[in-house]
Amino acid sequence: MTAVAEETHGTQPRPAVPAFSIVPLRGLSFVALAIAGVIAAIASNELWALNFFHVVGGGLWTGIDLFVGFVVGPIIGRMSIPARIEFSTRFMPKMLLLIPTLVTMTLASGFQLARKSGYLDTSYPRHGWIVASFIVVGVMATIALTYLEPANLAVLFELKKPQPDGRVIDKLMKRFVYTAGITGAMQVATLVCMTRLAS
Amino acid sequence: MTERRLPPVTEVAAASMVLVIVAVIYLASYLPRRAPLGVAVGLLVASAVLFGVNLMLLARVRDFAWWRFFQVGRWALLAYLVIAGMIEYAFVYDRTRGSVLVVMTLLLVMFAANVPVILAFTVARFQAPRPAAER
Repeated sequence: MTAVAEETHGTQPRPAVPAFSIVPLRGLSFVALAIAGVIAAIASNELWALNFFHVVGGGLWTGIDLFVGFVVGPIIGRMSIPARIEFSTRFMPKMLLLIPTLVTMTLASGFQLARKSGYLDTSYPRHGWIVASFIVVGVMATIALTYLEPANLAVLFELKKPQPDGRVIDKLMKRFVYTAGITGAMQVATLVCMTRLAS
Repeated sequence: MTERRLPPVTEVAAASMVLVIVAVIYLASYLPRRAPLGVAVGLLVASAVLFGVNLMLLARVRDFAWWRFFQVGRWALLAYLVIAGMIEYAFVYDRTRGSVLVVMTLLLVMFAANVPVILAFTVARFQAPRPAAER
């Protein structure tokens, strides 16, 4: 592992940043596999496959959001700056691929599942819960695409600089963790909608 | 800190995207019946206007890391075109046709255009106006 040597830059020591790739290229094969699987599930309209991608994707998405927002986030907040940077260089590139893939998996298979099962039909007795889940997902998508993902990406580009600014990283990481917490809390609303549909 | 005062590009793009999301939820809540398109078209037009305003706001920014903006924007656009393509495929597969498909497709275009702007702008605002090699 190569690291930028710690030097004094003005009054602030330059943090050591391990070498990392913004987009982990090896992970792209898993993303392609997951996306191909979802396309195959939609094309075949196979109930088990649609259920599989929706439940696996949704479970992981919900769990990771809650875990990052309420367990990992507060821990990162108490770490020293060098530890926070080292953690970010290993954690954030993975999140950059993982979360959008899980979201795409969950929503694409979920929509198709709802359509196939007749849940989208306005005559379905619990149609209101379906619309409620659309609204919750819409709010989560807005927060995630406007603040969470951009903060994730911006942190990685800041860490790639020869002299990363600790304050920028701190600000962006706080934004990432807070928005992960908000979407995590909103996942509870999704769980309520989904369990109402399943009961 | 390298951040400076810039126009509210993220906020305007978010508003544009919210209009798209509301329009999609509105159309989807009527399925399998056909929703009245007036509301959805109105939301689509409002979203497109906000997107245009955003491009104008961006065009007026001086001394900005455009090199990074376009680098991130290109790749993000590619990624979101793939996602939008998947959603479009699902619409066509589910036999969405005619004017509903046109409105849905244009809503997807707005979605796929707004997200790269937000990502590219957020990254570029913390970057130097010129690449290190040129400085």
